[in-house]
Amino acid sequence: MRVTQGCFSFLPDLTDEQISRQVQYCLEKGWAVSIEFTDDPHPRNSFWEMWGLPIFDLPDAAGVLMELNECRKVYGDCYVRLSAFDNSHGWESVRLSFIVNRPKDEPGYRLERHEGAGRNIRYTTKSYAVDRAEGKRYGGT
Amino acid sequence: MNEHASITIRGKDRYKSGVMEYKKMGYWEPDYEPKDTDVIALFRVTPQDGVDPIEASAAVAGESSTATWTVVWTDRLTAAEKYRAKCFRVDPVPNGPGQYFAYIAYDIDLFENGSIANLSASIIGNVFGFKPLKALRLEDMRLPVAYVKTFQGPATGIVVERERMDKFGRPLLGATVKPKLGLSGRNYGRVVYEALKGGLDFTKDDENINSQPFMHWRERFLYCMEAVNRAQAASGEIKGTYLNVTAGTMEDMYERAEFAKELGSVIIMIDLVIGYTAIQSMAKWARRNDMILHLHRAGHSTYTRQRNHGVSFRVIAKWMRLAGVDHIHAGTVVGKLEGDPATTRGYYDICREDHNPMRLEHGVLFEQNWASLNKMMPVASGGIHAGQMHQLLDHLGEDVVLQFGGGTIGHPMGIQAGATANRVALEAMILARNEGRDYVHEGPEILAKAAATCTPLKAALEVWKDVTFNYESTDMPDYAPTATASM
Repeated sequence: MRVTQGCFSFLPDLTDEQISRQVQYCLEKGWAVSIEFTDDPHPRNSFWEMWGLPIFDLPDAAGVLMELNECRKVYGDCYVRLSAFDNSHGWESVRLSFIVNRPKDEPGYRLERHEGAGRNIRYTTKSYAVDRAEGKRYGGT
Repeated sequence: MNEHASITIRGKDRYKSGVMEYKKMGYWEPDYEPKDTDVIALFRVTPQDGVDPIEASAAVAGESSTATWTVVWTDRLTAAEKYRAKCFRVDPVPNGPGQYFAYIAYDIDLFENGSIANLSASIIGNVFGFKPLKALRLEDMRLPVAYVKTFQGPATGIVVERERMDKFGRPLLGATVKPKLGLSGRNYGRVVYEALKGGLDFTKDDENINSQPFMHWRERFLYCMEAVNRAQAASGEIKGTYLNVTAGTMEDMYERAEFAKELGSVIIMIDLVIGYTAIQSMAKWARRNDMILHLHRAGHSTYTRQRNHGVSFRVIAKWMRLAGVDHIHAGTVVGKLEGDPATTRGYYDICREDHNPMRLEHGVLFEQNWASLNKMMPVASGGIHAGQMHQLLDHLGEDVVLQFGGGTIGHPMGIQAGATANRVALEAMILARNEGRDYVHEGPEILAKAAATCTPLKAALEVWKDVTFNYESTDMPDYAPTATASM
């Protein structure tokens, strides 16, 4: 399966050139771009690991792409996303977020059901990958 | 019309028993400077033939505040001058023969804190049936910051909704389950599952899906939440379905809302027809329980649509932002339901901006400061499809829920394919916009290119290519923008 979190997951994977154009859009809006990675793609995993600090005050997308490629070298078998943060009053949150790297094989999620009274079922979503220890998922050793 | 000086009778003559014209009783004060703390209402007044527009407007001020049809001595036991609403300006409506815009200021002490019921009981309480008027419409209101601050505002707001849903940078996608009546819970849940798995973020109950013989509410909730959880596991994304908790009593609504929470739903829904107080109660419940609150504006067209009588939807939108809902249907421009583009843009601004400048060309007749009240997510629903994506993005922007009901469920290859077509069209359009392309003009081309690698989108574009709803609007701004040379 394909994890479809982020803004562009229904399109074919973006090329580096396409990623650059999106980053440039964010920089021109004055947003800080950050690189984050994880091997725990649960839909409610908010806090992916940060690849350094968000990149503030950058004029050109090339710097972000350089960092992204460094990150890919180390975490190429993880999910990596770019997020753009807008600190203007009334927003102060993420404005754009999209996946720029994903594991070769995405095993997906298992849905666990805990039957309760009155046909009320508690559902738990579990990524098959997290059955292995952090850092050893998705083909990591 | 504003050259008139005040003709208010003062002193003991003011309180002589008998009938006196409203404009002489202190309800017409052309020199009055509204205070920052006043509520200001703008009415479109259509007096009966032969009735002086100033007198008609003063009567509106009187009947929506302290006046009755005759002089009463008990006024003298109060600070009557403070409590009288004051009409301070009357303008003929441009291109509206026989109609006048009356500006009326109300002292803040006339209203109870945090109560839309009280605010509306004054402003639209009795006065709309007043005989000397042929018709009356409440066009807009300026709500002072001091009064805005007495309301909770949207329970969640756009920013936190996006954080909770983990969806940034694009409109959210939804669909209303169809047919809206008659499906059993199990079949209904099937539609929800297919649509969410195919790529939508939300599905939605329709306004009249409550608890009927063909599907009682618990059946719907249980099957819908099974569908939501299955779709989440199939996509890795957060999904939601607006469970309509509208019912005959507050007790029933609370029971349904609690059950939705127990099942792990992120969002519930109510209809406008439950009334302002019930809406505010549900908004408080939603804030307490981390629930997004969707409002379907069922019934609004009975009083918002005709231009000469009723309440403009921009006023309803303002009241609902105060009342505290998170989503509100606010028009599609290109879809099947009423909505002039400029007027609709005005509604969207009221939902989403922290500060609305006066924009006559959008029908926004007052500056409004929202004092950091949360933003409300507008919802575009009714007769829209993937082929209009560029127009929708252009007219409605990014912070909106686009709801393709027929445009998802009516897809020739099935519901999942319909959902995928919409999602691919949307993502392709956002990608192009961010790249700086002229997506409004190149829209069809961008969609065609995306369709080259997405068969469902190709099919959607083919089947709905000729669908448009071009009818003249019944409601539009009174002020045309003046053309200026573009630089």
